[in-house]
Amino acid sequence: MSNLTDLTMADALHGLESGDFSAVDLTRAYIGKMEAHKSLNAYITETPELALQQAEASDTRRRKGEAGAMDGMPIAMKDLFCTEGVRTTAASHMLENFVPTYESTVSGKLKAAGAVMLGKANLDEFAMGGANSNSYFGQAANPWKAAGDTGVRVPGGSSGGSAAAVAAHMAIAATGTDTGGSIRQPASYCGIVGVKPTYGRCSRWGVVAFASSLDQPGPMARTVADAALMLNVMAGFDPKDSTSADMAVPDFSAVLTGDIRGLKVGIPREYREGVSPEILAVWQQGEEWLRAAGAEVVEVSLPNTRAALATYYIIAPAEASSNLARYDGVRYGLRVPGDGLAEMYENTRAAGFGNEVKRRILIGTYVLSAGYYDAYYLKAQKVRALVARDFAEAYKQVDVLLTPTAPTTAFVAGSQEDPVTMYLNDVFTVPASLAGIPGAAVPVGLAANGLPLGLQLLGRPFDEETLLRVAGVIEEAAGFTARPEGF
Amino acid sequence: MSLDTATVRRIASLARIKVSDDALDHWTQEMNSILGWIEQLQQVNTDGVEPMSSVANMTLRQREDAITDGGIQDKVLANAPDATAGFYTVPKVVE
Repeated sequence: MSNLTDLTMADALHGLESGDFSAVDLTRAYIGKMEAHKSLNAYITETPELALQQAEASDTRRRKGEAGAMDGMPIAMKDLFCTEGVRTTAASHMLENFVPTYESTVSGKLKAAGAVMLGKANLDEFAMGGANSNSYFGQAANPWKAAGDTGVRVPGGSSGGSAAAVAAHMAIAATGTDTGGSIRQPASYCGIVGVKPTYGRCSRWGVVAFASSLDQPGPMARTVADAALMLNVMAGFDPKDSTSADMAVPDFSAVLTGDIRGLKVGIPREYREGVSPEILAVWQQGEEWLRAAGAEVVEVSLPNTRAALATYYIIAPAEASSNLARYDGVRYGLRVPGDGLAEMYENTRAAGFGNEVKRRILIGTYVLSAGYYDAYYLKAQKVRALVARDFAEAYKQVDVLLTPTAPTTAFVAGSQEDPVTMYLNDVFTVPASLAGIPGAAVPVGLAANGLPLGLQLLGRPFDEETLLRVAGVIEEAAGFTARPEGF
Repeated sequence: MSLDTATVRRIASLARIKVSDDALDHWTQEMNSILGWIEQLQQVNTDGVEPMSSVANMTLRQREDAITDGGIQDKVLANAPDATAGFYTVPKVVE
């Protein structure tokens, strides 16, 4: 009973069903972990009282035989999902006091399935960043440390608080959102599983918008099976999201058969460029695991890979500059008075947004402005088409792609100040985002410095089934059981 | 292509973000560094390529033209920084 927080979601559900412990017991155990590890700053807003109420209600449902698919599972909610009656900040000063009067579709689905919300997880402001260092509420810390570390390592971003909470067992699982790698990269840095579903698979309604043609919610968990279970709950058509995919959701838990015999796995040769020998070795190990399980591994080419990153850093800021125009100091959020309406807008936005958000709004405004639209934005949209075409061509030859998730392990907080250097961390995750295809990050081992390393799988649009099945095989073969210590 | 401070001031004004004179040089330098890096895209041959605005290969749905909510004025105004008498307020615009 002392190690309730070590259980996977599958085991915890089993324990609840067998009556070994209650949802209240489980929730109390997680609240204890949250108190013990407050220094990680994984949560912006903790909701322990609400969680215990929800856990009690869950126990009642289970007694009546009305338990849902995630009933009693204590999760962290990225503070980008609007939660009715619970402050939703997007890690921004702008929304510091914003309390939604409605529930996002995805958080509502999790609630309806019985999940218990422990709190709202830290992130980069408006999900813009790859280290969780752009949060108005402070840096979230990675529970992992390298040998000899005195400072903290970043948990990645933007879903850094979610990843840190799951890795430190301060939540059984968490929601994330992925625009250019914001689920997969923090999952890799923190040694957990992260799944970015196909664009349109999970509803964006009620998720604070960053770049609407790229944003996609997804699960972050400690095992592939847990991520699959959570995706079952999160996915599904939503008429309130205009780009939600109106198609049936398969049972993702049923696809983890371990059988990948005859499957074709592609290795994109362009992803090898500049990769460290250590990452290369882990990647080759991944190939061997899949070959041993009966898959055929072939090399493929994604020729426009190199251009994808710059394309992303035009398209995402352009969309962000439009989306964030809504923060005007009138309808919700911060208001800073000024002399007249225009100055009120300018003062509000100068005070409410942090530097990375301003940077992206300015870049976005510039690339959409008269005279520059064709040279930047239209050009980026065309290159995006080429990037997507590369993947479509590759999937004529293979069923799934295997790549590293990130070019390095988690770096020391504050060590990457230059924006462009920071953007380069997204090099393996961004192309799939531009193409809208699903991806999964799976932890596979520890680097020589003692920090976790992950591999990424990329699948065909709406074929999360194959993606998860292969992820399960990698997970099984890697047998990654290491845990962060001494945080 | 390199931006000067006047252009950055104009962009900030379009984006409705006040930038102080002291910070203008810094923003100009940062934007030029990012735009300089982005410049690599010009090397990609995109002749005859249709621009891609969405990965969702679909035409946007039309919803039924029906009232689905209403009567929630208090909810709509709940987060307004300065709601008065059932309205949003703005600084005086017309003299």
